[in-house]
Amino acid sequence: MPTYKAPLDDIRFLLTELLDVEQLSKLPGYEEATPDVLLAVLEEGAKLCEDVLAPINQSGDAEGCRYENGVVTTPKGFKEAYAEFVKGGWPAMTAPAEFGGQGLPHLTRFVLNEMMCAANLSFAMYPELGHGVAMTLEKWGNEELKHRFMPKIVDGTWTGTMCLTEPHAGTDLGIIRTKAVPAGDGVHELTGTKIFISAGDHDLAENVVHLVLAKLPDAPAGTKGISMFIVPKFLPTEEGGVGTANGVTCGSIEHKMGIKGNATCVINFDGAKGWLVGDEHKGMRAMFTMMNGARLGVGLQGLGLAEVAYQNALAYTKDRVQGRALTGKKAPEQEADPIIVHPDVRKMLLTQKAYVEGERALAYWVGQLIDVEEKHPDAEKRQEASDLVALMTPIIKGFLTDTGFESANLALQCLGGHGYVREYGLEQFVRDARIAQIYEGTNGVQALDLIGRKVPEGNGRLLRRFLTLVQADVKEAQGDPRVAEHAAQLADAVRKTQESIMTVMQKAMQNPDEAGAASTDFLRMMGLVATGWMWLKMARLAHDRLAAGGDARFYDAKVKTARFYFAKLLPQVDALAVTMKSGAAPLMELEAAAF
Amino acid sequence: MKIAVCIKRVPVMEVKFAIAKDGASVDETGLKYDVNDFDLWAVEAALQLNEKNAPGEVTVISLGPDAASEQIRKALSMGADKGVLLKADKVPGDAFAVAEALAAELKAGAYDVILFGKKSIDFDNSATGAMVGELLGLPVVTGVSKLEIAGGKGTAHRAVEGGVEVLEFPLPAIVTVDEGLNKERLPSLKGIMAAKKKPLETKPAQLGGAGVTVSKMELPPERAAGRIVGEGAAAVPELVRLLQSEAKVL
Repeated sequence: MPTYKAPLDDIRFLLTELLDVEQLSKLPGYEEATPDVLLAVLEEGAKLCEDVLAPINQSGDAEGCRYENGVVTTPKGFKEAYAEFVKGGWPAMTAPAEFGGQGLPHLTRFVLNEMMCAANLSFAMYPELGHGVAMTLEKWGNEELKHRFMPKIVDGTWTGTMCLTEPHAGTDLGIIRTKAVPAGDGVHELTGTKIFISAGDHDLAENVVHLVLAKLPDAPAGTKGISMFIVPKFLPTEEGGVGTANGVTCGSIEHKMGIKGNATCVINFDGAKGWLVGDEHKGMRAMFTMMNGARLGVGLQGLGLAEVAYQNALAYTKDRVQGRALTGKKAPEQEADPIIVHPDVRKMLLTQKAYVEGERALAYWVGQLIDVEEKHPDAEKRQEASDLVALMTPIIKGFLTDTGFESANLALQCLGGHGYVREYGLEQFVRDARIAQIYEGTNGVQALDLIGRKVPEGNGRLLRRFLTLVQADVKEAQGDPRVAEHAAQLADAVRKTQESIMTVMQKAMQNPDEAGAASTDFLRMMGLVATGWMWLKMARLAHDRLAAGGDARFYDAKVKTARFYFAKLLPQVDALAVTMKSGAAPLMELEAAAF
Repeated sequence: MKIAVCIKRVPVMEVKFAIAKDGASVDETGLKYDVNDFDLWAVEAALQLNEKNAPGEVTVISLGPDAASEQIRKALSMGADKGVLLKADKVPGDAFAVAEALAAELKAGAYDVILFGKKSIDFDNSATGAMVGELLGLPVVTGVSKLEIAGGKGTAHRAVEGGVEVLEFPLPAIVTVDEGLNKERLPSLKGIMAAKKKPLETKPAQLGGAGVTVSKMELPPERAAGRIVGEGAAAVPELVRLLQSEAKVL
């Protein structure tokens, strides 16, 4: 059975050294969130992930969810684990105190979320969606709705979902058919069918609260005519308990490639009572609060799965003996050398390690920015953070899940045939990682969001802000002989990125297909550059710590993994620059009929 | 009811240990620390007793370096009320030296029950709790797997060879906890946040003189690779012969 140990050393390094989270405790409202508190919280959260969630991951996959007579049952052990999670107060981590939360920084939840996804992605999604509903309601709901629903979601008694997709409408939500009809007293009656609803129905909590996109009778066509409603499975009573069934039923659950322990439901609304959240016809804007949070969360899923897959691949390559090192025996006392001696095995391991650690730094940086965006007293700082989070959201979602899947797949390869059989658990990580590239907007959609919305916004303001930060660090590092070579490599990658995007944007003015054709290449390029930026920062810091007598093994590994990243992974930017330059014609000239 | 629990900071056992340059101690580089398992069960026992016999107070005491405050905080986050760190940069290997310091602290506390883990998983002496009992002149029950306290007296079960012994004792008393008494609770998020605000007093440990010192440490010899003597029932005679003549275990 695979095992999981939360990467607490790396987490500690990132929080206290790279990101200097002490700064967070200086923001108003975060006074209690000192580094020692955050680390104590995360260490205990890690134990919950390791001891409670990870042990039911493989069995949950084998058993899956069941659907019988309209009732969804989660795999054995999920109910008890959820009860433990709720008893520990974990759903309340970042929610405001007014609704029973602990008010900790969003960054804390990023870290816990990574650990939970690594330990048991299927499980992690149940509370995570509830958290998303609570955050969205906090921002867009009126006081009455907030007080009726938030405390129950915050304490984990109820969970939540986001209901967007319909059988005929996924990426294009403008054509949804679910109707909401006013029924007086501010109540609407919703009728329609939603599909692919993660955690849509289950036996973990007493109620499921859906945020549903639907159209009012007088709605304009397209996405400008969509409204958002909160629709519980059971109507809440005055006392805050659960009352009568609300015409929300699960029609079936999907049989999927992975995340089998999470119920993916068809949800039918038959005149179900719902309440408008936010303004009429402005539902997309409100739902984007949940979607953006979820996109970042899905990025963390890719990261978490890459981490756990790497840990298990690493253990195997140190243990498994096959063949001899090309340069002669490394373990003469054994009948063969452990396979970690072989260059290609090392390449696979280092690829995983370099992506995971670099991307973890990047993801946590974004997590910290969300706190700055929400809490910083200086409006300009808030705007800067907001711009960076907006720019990074499709990159975190797309790049971390693409490389997360690649990493999990490499981890499987490290085990050879044993990776392909169920016992070792690697194939589950690969299957589970695959969905992250698809849901919450496919990675193709993320790439379009990046190139079509985020880059043009404010005449390139978001991208400029980001590249200014990178270039400032590059400039500083160029004067530091320990990392000057990496700084030059990153400077070159930044230059190619700028040139590529400028060329594409100019061509796209004549032919919009040019932007579409370059989009996924550009997203990967940005991911590589952003991760490279983190490796440059980490390499410098590690050199400083080594010089000061810090833990030689830990910091030396950072220095050498950075070297691997700049030598073997960042150069993908060169190839991407070439493919971007080749433009849209090679994709578009073949007639559809001739495929 | 006033309850004290003595806990020890010990290395997490999942690592490969190395011996330090002095040849008589463990190389601490890269080690991670946690509360001794048996002491966690003692903390859990204290919290459960406290819940049943409210109002009361649970005090957690640890002897160790400054960093041992992390372990005390953990017990506080599980629900203990206050902590005392008896500061000693190096914890002596001699349990009696430690017992004297703990006894000096516990003497003034007027505790009804003082709980220890049965043993620490690092040095494995199973001595400190009993020694403190001797120094304080209190009844001592060791290796307890079931515990009830009511009406000023205690009843405890302890495993003995082939059976269970049921003991009764007056309070105050010292009880050392065995595996199986309970499973420790995980600290809740609220508990962790609250722990930071709970009182934790640090004072120098009044260590007794060490009668015993560690002169040398050795790692166990590397085990030789296994040998396959045959397959199935046909291999049994050869296996038995080797177990008798070579391994000398039969």
